[in-house]
Amino acid sequence: MAILIGNNTRLLVQGITGKAGSFHTRSCIEYGTNVVAGVTPARGGELFDGKIPVFDTVSEAVAATRANASMIFVPPEFAADSILEAVDSGIPLIVCITEGIPVLDMMRVKAAMRNSTSRLIGPNCPGIITPGQCKIGIMPGYIHKPGGVGVVSRSGTLTYEAVWQLTQRGIGQSTCVGIGGDPINGTSHLDVIKMFNDDPGTEAIIMIGEIGGSAEEEAAEWIKHNCQKPVAAFIAGVTAPPGRRMGHAGAIVSGGKGTAQAKIEALRDAGIEIAETPADMGDAVIRAMKRRNG
Amino acid sequence: MNIHEYQAKQLMQKFGVATPRGDVASTPEQAESIARALGTNNLVVKAQIHAGGRGKGKFEHGFQGGVHLCKTASQARDIAAQMLGKRLITHQTGPQGRIVRKVLITEGVDIQRELYFAILLDRSISAPMIIASTEGGVEIETVAAQNPEKIIREPIHPTLGIQPYQTRKLARKLQFGSTDMRAACRLFAALYRLFIESDCSLVEINPLVQTKGGDVLALDAKFNFDENALFRHPDILAMRDPDEEDPREVEASKYHLNYIGLNGNIGCMVNGAGLAMATMDIIKYYGGEPANFLDVGGGANEEQVTEAFKILVSDPNVKAILVNIFGGIMKCDIIAQGVINAYRTLERQEQRLVPLVVRLEGTNVDKGKELLRQSGLPLEAADDLADAARKVVAAVQNQKK
Repeated sequence: MAILIGNNTRLLVQGITGKAGSFHTRSCIEYGTNVVAGVTPARGGELFDGKIPVFDTVSEAVAATRANASMIFVPPEFAADSILEAVDSGIPLIVCITEGIPVLDMMRVKAAMRNSTSRLIGPNCPGIITPGQCKIGIMPGYIHKPGGVGVVSRSGTLTYEAVWQLTQRGIGQSTCVGIGGDPINGTSHLDVIKMFNDDPGTEAIIMIGEIGGSAEEEAAEWIKHNCQKPVAAFIAGVTAPPGRRMGHAGAIVSGGKGTAQAKIEALRDAGIEIAETPADMGDAVIRAMKRRNG
Repeated sequence: MNIHEYQAKQLMQKFGVATPRGDVASTPEQAESIARALGTNNLVVKAQIHAGGRGKGKFEHGFQGGVHLCKTASQARDIAAQMLGKRLITHQTGPQGRIVRKVLITEGVDIQRELYFAILLDRSISAPMIIASTEGGVEIETVAAQNPEKIIREPIHPTLGIQPYQTRKLARKLQFGSTDMRAACRLFAALYRLFIESDCSLVEINPLVQTKGGDVLALDAKFNFDENALFRHPDILAMRDPDEEDPREVEASKYHLNYIGLNGNIGCMVNGAGLAMATMDIIKYYGGEPANFLDVGGGANEEQVTEAFKILVSDPNVKAILVNIFGGIMKCDIIAQGVINAYRTLERQEQRLVPLVVRLEGTNVDKGKELLRQSGLPLEAADDLADAARKVVAAVQNQKK
């Protein structure tokens, strides 16, 4: 078992003919992902690598191939439109890898998605992987191992770091979800943690956060009262200079939340095992599991 | 990206946000003619640098204050002459100060009361939020801490935008009377339009003033722009003033590297913002101080890596460098080749070289490690993140002995 993706995923790639799109589509196929279609406007009718049909529009691609997930590699200027096109075609899972989308574009996309049945992961994220079954994204496949730890993270390479530490300690992962580092994203830490909590294949969870916003605090509050599984966490940015990322008044809205220290305190208070350094993430998961079982 | 006060004023004028009359000058003569054209004996001359604390600042030659009041155009000229081309030192500039290249001349305003008004993107509701207060002219953090009930919040619908009733509601909460309300509402609506159409992440007016004559004016403004959206705002991008930025950051931005200068002595080159922050954290955990945040990004090429390395070495504070790469999109062999090229170039130029610790993992890691081994570069390889941090901190401490 896993969440969001697995052996039944039929993947469509928006922006399949671009440099990054084609490179990572091949690496997903190599990993075993069932890529059924690609979309690039004005390139309809072509075959990607001689086997995957390319369409002009998402709706045609879905009608012809029954794709049930989309991976987006469209440049930032056009990415918001691509997400909306995937939503319009009713694709249940949309994973947007694109980095650098204007935040007001994402604000409008998020508002437009309020009543839709689609789930957006990202943007500006490494994607999702269910080890041994399906990879939608840009992560190196070989560092993963099938198993029972659910990984959710705002950062790409920091997720690889956590996964690699787990794998080296012989601990596999159920699903790893990169929710992206942008201020407005489709899916939050809490959304993913709830899914892991309901997933029989997930035994423990690690949440990797960073400074800014209050998503980690919100997740901690829910975990404190509802989560059935051991949780470990790491927050990046303890040493980040204040004010370089968040505007003045931003700190007012979140009521003093958002600093690494405030986040770590909220997480500890919720009974979450904290990784003291980024090198301690794998061991923090082990401690969290022992504490629960011991 | 920051802009100057006079540029903020120009931007506000473009959107119809009321500000005190005035203009910017690069010479004392210009300052005089602007002052004369204003036709008032109530003038303000303000030094234009990005740092705050100008009023209490001091010039290198002893002239006090970057903000002066005066009565005549010839006085305005004399004050401008004292400021232009000189270094102004404030609590935000550091001891070296900043050279004043322009001064802003405006008419003075008879202030009846000072308010606070800001629009920002609130990530928790994924929508714009207006924050306002009757307590203007002071730090809003202080108000929030001491008088939280005096902070007014008004969320704005992400696609509908600000509605006229919301501007009236805000005006009333800010204690504008029935006759003054219209000017306030007009200013709020214009400011919102500026926020959206310029892709801002923050617009902060502090103070927003009501004058004795009943005008409502934005007296000082701070803008933050969404860097991701600058591609569609060439006019705003043109306001960038490289003279006001950290030269290391300017150099980095030429190569699309995400660099933030800090005060420590360990240079870091990392891929991915999260891992870069975490690398800084672990350096500090083991007793070191990072000299920078540097994210070479997901798809950096050899040239970018070479330039990144050069920027690190060019910082005289840097005593050792840690390269920490977990390859995803980024291939380890590309990083390795970039590091080797940069090192060779610096060697040829007989530049200062510092101890180097390299930790590689991920895509093409074996190729990358092999390249480094064959290069014969005097570097220390690290097995994992903790090992890398310990080694680089030790490299700096050994130099002190």
